[in-house]
This record gives sequence, structure tokens and C-alpha cells, in this order.
Amino acid sequence: METTPECVKQERAGIRGCGASLSGGVVQLSVMRIPIESYHLFNGLFVTLSEDHTAPIVAVNLWYHVGSANEREGRTGFAHLFEHMLFQGSSHVAANEHFELIQRAGGTLNGSTWLDRTNYYETVPSNQLALALWLEADRMSTLLPAMTQQKLDTQRDVVKNERRWSVDNQPYGTWWERLPALAFPPTHPFHHSLIGSMEDLSAASLDDIVNFFATYYTPDNAALSIAGDFDPVEARGLVDRYFGSIPRGAGVPPRSDMRLPATFGNTQREVVPDTVMVPRLFLAFRSPPFGSDEYYAASVLATILGAGKGSRLQRQLVRGREIASEATAFTFDLAEGADLLVVDVTARPEVTSDVLEKEVAREVDAAQGGGVTAAEVERAVAMIETGFVTSLQSAGERADKLSMFATIFGDPSLLNEQSAQYRAVTVERVNAVARERLVQTNRASLLYVPRDAAPNGARDEAEAAAGASGASR
Amino acid sequence: MTHAALSRPAAGPPRAYHFPVFERVTLDNGLGLIVSPVRKLPVVTALLVGDAGASAEPAGRDGVANVTARGLLEGTAERDGNALTEAFEHLGAGVFAGADWDVATVGLTMLRSRLADGLALFGEVMLAPSFPEREIARLRAERLADLLQMRTEPRGLADEMFARFVYDPLSRYARPEDGGPETVGALTRDDVWGFYQGRYRPGQSTLVLVGDVSVTEGVELAQRTLGAWRGTAERSTVPNDTPARATRAVHLVHKADAPQSELRVGHVGLPRAHPDYFRVLVMNSILGGLFSSRVNLNLREAHAYTYGAFSGFAWRRGAGPFVVSSAVRSDVTADAAREVLIEVERMRAEPVNADELSLATSYLGGVFPIKYETTDAIARALAALVAYGLPFDYFDRYRDQVRAVTREDVLIAAQQHLHAAELQLVVVGDPDAVREPLTAMEFGPLLEYGPDGVEITREG
Repeated sequence: METTPECVKQERAGIRGCGASLSGGVVQLSVMRIPIESYHLFNGLFVTLSEDHTAPIVAVNLWYHVGSANEREGRTGFAHLFEHMLFQGSSHVAANEHFELIQRAGGTLNGSTWLDRTNYYETVPSNQLALALWLEADRMSTLLPAMTQQKLDTQRDVVKNERRWSVDNQPYGTWWERLPALAFPPTHPFHHSLIGSMEDLSAASLDDIVNFFATYYTPDNAALSIAGDFDPVEARGLVDRYFGSIPRGAGVPPRSDMRLPATFGNTQREVVPDTVMVPRLFLAFRSPPFGSDEYYAASVLATILGAGKGSRLQRQLVRGREIASEATAFTFDLAEGADLLVVDVTARPEVTSDVLEKEVAREVDAAQGGGVTAAEVERAVAMIETGFVTSLQSAGERADKLSMFATIFGDPSLLNEQSAQYRAVTVERVNAVARERLVQTNRASLLYVPRDAAPNGARDEAEAAAGASGASR
Repeated sequence: MTHAALSRPAAGPPRAYHFPVFERVTLDNGLGLIVSPVRKLPVVTALLVGDAGASAEPAGRDGVANVTARGLLEGTAERDGNALTEAFEHLGAGVFAGADWDVATVGLTMLRSRLADGLALFGEVMLAPSFPEREIARLRAERLADLLQMRTEPRGLADEMFARFVYDPLSRYARPEDGGPETVGALTRDDVWGFYQGRYRPGQSTLVLVGDVSVTEGVELAQRTLGAWRGTAERSTVPNDTPARATRAVHLVHKADAPQSELRVGHVGLPRAHPDYFRVLVMNSILGGLFSSRVNLNLREAHAYTYGAFSGFAWRRGAGPFVVSSAVRSDVTADAAREVLIEVERMRAEPVNADELSLATSYLGGVFPIKYETTDAIARALAALVAYGLPFDYFDRYRDQVRAVTREDVLIAAQQHLHAAELQLVVVGDPDAVREPLTAMEFGPLLEYGPDGVEITREG
């Protein structure tokens, strides 16, 4: 089968020259470009290739554009349960054999589920590229014949144990589902739990597997990236050979409207008495979608607020006033509708939840009203760039980022624009985002307090909130 | 042609791989230097490892190694903590300092263009730390806060309790690596200063540079930034690693209403430099080191007791623990422990099959280049050579050593290094849900503890 070069993008700059292109002591990162070549197969599969022959290894990464946001009512947690089922075999691969074959080949692998995507990935010695591609193709084309009720029942129990391990039996573990529930309206696809409720996991059936697979696990809803040591002609041949005959899907049903106003319009608040020793506050702000111009300013703002020991929250609350033992800030990096910027601060044992809330609010208010400095922006951009370049050392990371830009923006070469995007962020742009997004009417506060120490008022409030969210499901 | 008609692809011819080349130099002041030029991206990782881990702590000063390592980043003769942090972060350098059982490590990964500035700060931190009283008090308080939080964090609690029940109470390994509340609460700035003076010496330290840097440049930079450092120290002694018990026991740590039990099953293992290292590595991969290992396929895929189960030997200069770990549904806690026991005993009773062996050896050999993709990973691997006194051709011989392990070797390793009769079973879980089944399985006597590790004496 021939491939259609309907949208070939080529960059052949190579990964070099950065060390040699110093000027005035500042490295010109904008010249660091990794080679990126991409095209579509006839069936819609979006393929990206990025060569790097420094080590004899190659990464294969597949993003399906489906996540918990695509789940129907009563099936929370299904996208993730489905991810587990993809390791339970296909027509030519036995249950768990995918793991065994890749590890026997000397490779690493896994999969993960997020609100808006599911990814599957392998890094293997470069002479095993065909195996990794064949395995991904086999499950994309022939998963269903291998599905049985028993496999579903086993993985359902495994996932329930994953929920107990990561959410129910972990201090503060419910924040993963409580924060999006608080920050997105009940009808929004990002509102509900990614790991899912026990009831909904129990309800998942083989019919659900069949429908989900047919709808979302199609080549035209996927992006395949190959990064590392491979021959591009050979790789294209293998991709054609294994994926070329998989039929296009019938089209993915539109998600319900993802668009949201720029701010919540009010202050959301939930107090959760939990089996914890000290209070911890999560403060979320609705923020610009991942990849938008404003996003880069918001990302720099999060870094200024809470990444590294020199960030405002760590400097003021951890080192300075000693009211927190840990403080961070980050963005969820959601590209559709709205993103979340989250501040996460854990109190010192002697500090009350009241003081914690006030002190965090003080820092947020200061950034909102007083803005940040040019030096802070410079520091944040330097840290982001170093982290970005360092992460690109890994073939798996490269492939995953390429799949991300291919899936979300239809353009993997945006990877090479990231440094420039961050460098273009000015103090004015950061301050504009801070002014608009850190306001009182754009805060969702999720406060964990030790169960035994919870004041009566907080307990009542929390129970009322729990009752309300229970009713909305 | 349909996809279904395509058979499984065979592997192509393997391409050669060599662990990155490195050179070793000793500076005039005794500082070891290892430089590995790896020019993939314009970044360099610098790691300084010193013989200043928890094992080197004076008696009664548990936790001083960690506070001292972290304290290095809290201020110097020239800058206070904020100014120092600002200087590092302005370079975009993610700086890290900490201590494990065997060594203290200060490390940073930076863009190549910032190497000289980064190493200058590095030298300042190593040679002239000020350990401000206030920051030391804060680090102490933060450690105490961690210890407090661990009482409701079942994974960390299970690990700590396991160490406490497995090692002789006089062993340093029986107590938390970063120190427990009694000793940490009493640490003073003098303790930190004394530990720094005694243990942070060029003669017992090595600087590792990996990335876009030449050997000549590395030597020149190291000499310039750390050449004025002076002093020698004795190599620290290896801690007592005596087991607490010679027979099995069950240790139930109470976590009321826990929806899941954290399970730890194991005993004292063997030191990193033991000649059986590769046999044990392969044996453990088959038992519980891989996804397709016996323990994981049994507890997760056959029984669905858990999200995952794995085993491991913790490698230290002394004998670190061997432990099988899992988090299982409360009502199957004893059943899961029984399956772990069956798998340990099966390892000792009969040879593994050829497929299991080849999976383990081909995985360990094949994944070797993938483990060393980043400058940070290469630097840490080189630092481990120094910490454990391994030969410098270790990485060149690694894959041959793995591939040389036979089924007989695995059986011998299991029989010599898995001690089924000495296993300690630690459960952090809901006592009302697990007490009876744990007693009924007759693993060993049942002892119960509060979340602080204090034994509870029950009536009857």
C-alpha cells in the first residue's frame, strides 16, 4: 500500500550546534531543532518520524484521542479500564504477552490515561522496531476477538485495587477527582472522576468494550510517533505494512461543548475532613487552554508561583514564614475549553487550616494585584527551558511530545517552537494573565483538614458538599 | 494483504552499543573526577558524591546526613539561602542535594552554556557552606512534619515498619534513613557542622561530569572550582546488618478502616558487592522484578488481589532488605501473603524454566542502553561505581555477566539468598478485617502495633 503524502512536513536541521552557537553567554536554544517528518496514511493515521542515531534504541508512541472526557454517563473510569484491556491480548497476542514480548526484546513499555487522551508506548533496541509496531497494530485492528468476560472481570478488580491504592487509601488521595469536580460544571466532560466510581466500574460490560473500541480506537483517531535510531524508508514501510490495512472509523461523536467563560464567576469552596495529620490546600484557577498564546504566560506564572525553591510560595511560605512544609504550582495542560492552574500547599503541623488559607490567598492576591518582576519571568523561562531540553534526551519523551502536538494541534513540528514560545513571554503578558485569572471570582478551593480536628462548621459544610456532589451523579 | 495474515516480525541484526566512554583523574587535593563526554544535547550533569550517607552518622545522630546534605543549599559564606537559590535557578539549573544510606549527593543538570557558572556555585556550596541556624531548624522541622504525615501514609509506613521489624534494633538499618523523631528533634547546627567537617572531604569524594563537556575542560573546571578544597577522612564503616529474628513472625500495624492492606514480606538480603549479585538480580527478576514475574502474574493477573506486586533487593554497602511488596484488598490479605510464600518456596524448590530465564536475561541485557539515555542516568551509574567500589569495566562486562547466568545459578541463588523460614510478614491494614485470617494461616506468631510502631499488648 502506498502512503499519501497529503501533509508532509519536513525539518532537517538536526540536533546540533547549540553548544557552538553561544553569543554573549546566552545559549541560542531556538537553533536546537529536532528533525521532524510527518504524514497521514490513507486510513487517517497521523505518523511522525524523528531520527536520532546517538544510541541504538527507538521509541514508539501511540496517542488515541480519547480520555475520560469521552465517557458516557454511568461509565466513569471506563477509558482507563479500557486501557488495561489493551494489554489483555488481541488476535495474535495472548493476554499479557505484549508485556512479555517487549521485555524479552529488551524494551520498556506502558500506557496511561488522561482526561483528554490515552497513550501507549514502547522503547526498544532499534532492531526490534518491527515488533513494537506489529504489536500496536495487532491490538488496533484485532482487539475484540480476544476479549472475554473473565478478562474484563479480572481487570475490573485490578482497577478497583488501583483506585483503593491511589485514591481511597492515600492521604489527600481524593483530590484527583474532587478538584476537577469542583472546577468544572457538572455537565462538562472534565467534571467527573478519571479513575471512576466503584459502581460505574462494576457496571462496565463487554458491550461497552465493543462500542468504545469501534468508536475511538481507529487509525483516524490516533497519532503514531517513532523517535530514535531507525531508517526512515524502512520505518515507513513497516508502518504501511502493519497499519495500512486497518480501516478508518465511522467518526468520533462530538464531545459536549467544552467552551467555558474565562473565569468561574465565583469562589468555589469545599472542605474535606480526611485521615490526614496536617491541612493541605489545593487552589485551582480556570486558565487559558494549553497551546494558546496566553497559556505560555500562565505556565510561566505557575512556575513563578510554585516551581523550585526560589518560587514565591516556597520562598515566602516554606522558607520565609515557615507555615508550609511543601508548596507547588502547575497547570493541568488541558487543550480544550479551559485549563486549570493549581496551587498546592501543605501546612506545617502547628499551622491551622485558617492560617494556611489566608497565607496562600495573600500570595495569590499579591501576584494578582502587584504583578511579577522581569527577573522572576527570566528565572522561570530559564528553568522551563532547561527542563524541556533535558527531557528531550529521552527517545520516549520525544515521541510522546510529538504525539501530543500531532493529536492536539495536528502539527508535531510545534515541538520545535516551544522554546521560542516561552522566550516570547514578557512580564506584561504574565501580569495580564495574573490580573485576569487570579481574581477572587476565579478560585476553587479544596481544603483537606485532619478529620479529628475538623471544626463543626467545616464538617457540616463538607458533608453538605459531599451530599450535593453525590446527588449530581 | 490483511493485517491478520502478517506474522510476528523477527528481530533485525542488533546494532552495537557501548556504555559511554569516561576518564578518571585524581586532583592534587585527592578529589576523584570522572568525565564522560556525551554530546547528544547541549546539557551537562554534575554530581558530587561523598562518603557522607546515613551509614556514616555518629551514634545518636540519625538524620544528620540528610540535614547536612540539604543544608548545603541553604547558604554560603557569600550568599544567604534565598540568594543562593536565586543564583542557581537563574541559570535554569535544577539543583538537588540529599543523602542515602551510603553517600551524600549534590547534583545539577544545566545547559552547557551555563556549566562554568553552575560549577562555580557548586564549588561555593561545597567549600563554604554556612548552615544558618534558622534554616537548619527549618529542615529539622520539615523532617519532623514528614514523619508525622507518614502515620497516615500506608506505603511509607509499611516500608519503615518492615525495616524496623527485620533488622536487629541496634542496626542503623532498623531505623529510618532520614532519622526518626527522637534524634531529628535533637539535632543541632553543631551536629551538622561537625558532620560536614568530618565527612565532606575531597579524599572521600568524587565529581562526576557527564554531557557536552570534554575531559580537558572538565579537569580544568574541577580544578578551578574545587581544587582549593582540602582534607582527608577515613572511609566510613559498613553498618551492622544483623537480622532481628531467625524465625517467621507476622507484624500487624493498625490502620483502622483501611480499604486495602499494605503487605511487605521479606528478610535481610545481601550487600551490593556480593559475588552472587548477577545471579540474584536474574533470580529476583523472575520472582518479582518484571511485570511478567511470578509474583505479579499470580497476585494481579491470576487472582486480581492487587494493582501490582513486585519483589526487590535493596542494594547497599551492607546487606539491604529483600522484600516482596503489594497493596491488596483487605479481605484477601492472608490469601495474598500465602501466595507470596508459595512463590518464594517454589523458587527454592525447582529450577525456573528456560523461557523465564531467557525473558529475564534478555530484558536486563537489552534494556541496558535504554537505562542510560540521559546524562543524569549515566552520571548516577558512574557515581554508583564509586559508592560501591565496583570495577571500572563493570558496565562493559554487565551484559555478559547477565547472559552467563544459568538455571542452576538461579536455583542456587534462590536457595542461598531466599530464606523462607525467616520471612517477616508486615501488614498495615484494618486489624478487625485481617487479624483472624492472618492468625489462621499459621505463618508465625502475630504481633500488633499502633501506627507509631509501638507494640500493642492484647488481652487473651
